[in-house]
Amino acid sequence: MEITVANISKSYNTVTALKDISFGVETGELFGLIGPDGAGKTTLFRILTTLLTPDNGVATVSGFDVVTNYKAIRNSVGYMPGRFSLYQDLTVEENLNFFATIFGTTIDANYDLVKDIYVQIEPFKNRRAGKLSGGMKQKLALSCALIHKPKVLFLDEPTTGVDPVSRKEFWDMLKRLQNKGMTILVSTPYMDEAALCDRIALIQDGRILEINTPKAITEHFPKPLYNIRANNMYLLITSLQKYQHTHSVFPFGEYVHYTDKRNTPDKTALSQYLKHLGLTEITIEKTKPTIEDSFMELAKK
Amino acid sequence: MKKFIGFVKKEFFHIYRDKRSLFILFGMPIAQILLFGFAITNEINHVDIAILDQSNDVTTKEIINNIAASKHFNIVDVLQDETAIETVFKKGKIKAVLQFENMFAKNITKEAQANVQILTDATDPNMANTISNYITSILKKQQQDINNGAFTPYQIIPQSRMVYNAELKSVYMFVPGVMTVILMLVSAMMTSISITREKEQGTMEILLVSPLKPYQVIAGKVFPYIFLSVINAMAIVLLSIFVFKVPVNGSLFFLALESVLFIITSLVLGILISTIAATQQTAMMISLMGLMLPTILLSGFIFPISSMPLPLQAISNIIPAKWFIVIVKGIMLKGIGLGFLLKETLILLAMTLIYLGISVKKYKIRLE
Repeated sequence: MEITVANISKSYNTVTALKDISFGVETGELFGLIGPDGAGKTTLFRILTTLLTPDNGVATVSGFDVVTNYKAIRNSVGYMPGRFSLYQDLTVEENLNFFATIFGTTIDANYDLVKDIYVQIEPFKNRRAGKLSGGMKQKLALSCALIHKPKVLFLDEPTTGVDPVSRKEFWDMLKRLQNKGMTILVSTPYMDEAALCDRIALIQDGRILEINTPKAITEHFPKPLYNIRANNMYLLITSLQKYQHTHSVFPFGEYVHYTDKRNTPDKTALSQYLKHLGLTEITIEKTKPTIEDSFMELAKK
Repeated sequence: MKKFIGFVKKEFFHIYRDKRSLFILFGMPIAQILLFGFAITNEINHVDIAILDQSNDVTTKEIINNIAASKHFNIVDVLQDETAIETVFKKGKIKAVLQFENMFAKNITKEAQANVQILTDATDPNMANTISNYITSILKKQQQDINNGAFTPYQIIPQSRMVYNAELKSVYMFVPGVMTVILMLVSAMMTSISITREKEQGTMEILLVSPLKPYQVIAGKVFPYIFLSVINAMAIVLLSIFVFKVPVNGSLFFLALESVLFIITSLVLGILISTIAATQQTAMMISLMGLMLPTILLSGFIFPISSMPLPLQAISNIIPAKWFIVIVKGIMLKGIGLGFLLKETLILLAMTLIYLGISVKKYKIRLE
């Protein structure tokens, strides 16, 4: 186990950020913390990176305790905070150089590690970091977090505010880093990114809802799920919410994801009910649940 | 060591690229010293006064001529009667009126006594006092001339000599004060701002999760400002020597050493502020209100400490600037060395160590 978390709790004054959290991350694993804003992801990251101390519980990183042996952890991990935290008035190259220096290394020594990422921002190496686009900022931040060849990488919402193309590139890089043997703990509010992790923990209101592989989580979805579409989205949702057999209704792109209280729902009756309310072009078809569906279902309980 | 150099390099980039801090660092000291040196002065020069001469004889004419001849006064109005006095004061341009009684010359020779009244506009009390003193001294001189050769029994003749600043130049008093204020401002405010900026921009989070130790971060932060403050101190001393002709009677090297000590005291105060303040705004407010104001008001820079109420005198003792001003005045004007300034130096040193101890204790190794 590279990271262990046992019964960690943390409160700020009256607000409880984490309630009795436990999980473990294997060496070389790409582990995702999936949850909405305010779920407690950043607090957990800060505890693991020794920036905060937990009220209760024990956590270790690479075998070092986060409270008593914090110096050893600070020497060996890479951390990329959720907010862009590089020097905006320093250029791309100066930032990277600075972080290499304070970790007692040089860009050249670990260039192969950051090469894949850094080549993309290298054309702008004389530009101030504050003037980079969102995606490039994140690539620079990742380069800076990587430059000292950390054993464990903590990435707090690295793709928030980044365009879809850059997001995909970013995840490709994480995969490559994982192949080099790095343990990566990443958090994201985007459910579609969850499928790219080896294992994920769904987290909400400071509690872990479930920990498993993304595949297993979707397979555990308890009910048949339906894509429903009609000519009027708003009316469709409100109608379904009023339907007596409805278990859950969530808008999902151009569809509505629907589950029924019964195990085998009556599609024709539902279609009739919707027609009766004035909806046309109704399609109802079975679909596979996504992580988002699982999350919504788990969060309902 | 490499880490330290890397950190210092980064700090210089910050300073060099932020036009605002560059201005505070180098524009302010020069502007302040020139401002205090030239514009703000306690001396009186070319003050407009009016004369009400009801006697209009040889003696009064002579006195008036003497006053007009001095560079301190301009006689801009000659009044005809007493009712005009209030009118000219109300207009505000005239700061003093000199009124001679009727038959002034005759009274002196016949009665051995003549009266002259000095009326001053005391809306500015210091100024009124100074004007009154200046005129009195001109009148005294006149009296000596009249008495010249005559035998006057029983008289006290005060012989005052202004030691260390014979011409009573106010710039002699401002240079040490301004130097103190500027070093305090640059050192304390700039360091506290630069440390809180790391907190505000989230970079402190990354610095904490790095092998850098707290003392390395602080040393890296402080070093560039020691360097820049020493340059500032040198610029101020050179300006005062060559532009304002303030003498440096003591050892320049000793002055430099004491300045470095005071710079370090101020830097440590800056670090202390940054451990309390979470944002650059707060750091700036605390530096300005908590350090600058007491430094200007309670250090004896402008207002003499001996005439303050006792509680304020007590407070002035904990203000580092008070001791540094004594040191600078001692070295520059009196030309004394460590032997006479040991107490002040030790107090500054003790303050530095105490503040440093508190800062190290309060420095946060985590985010909370």
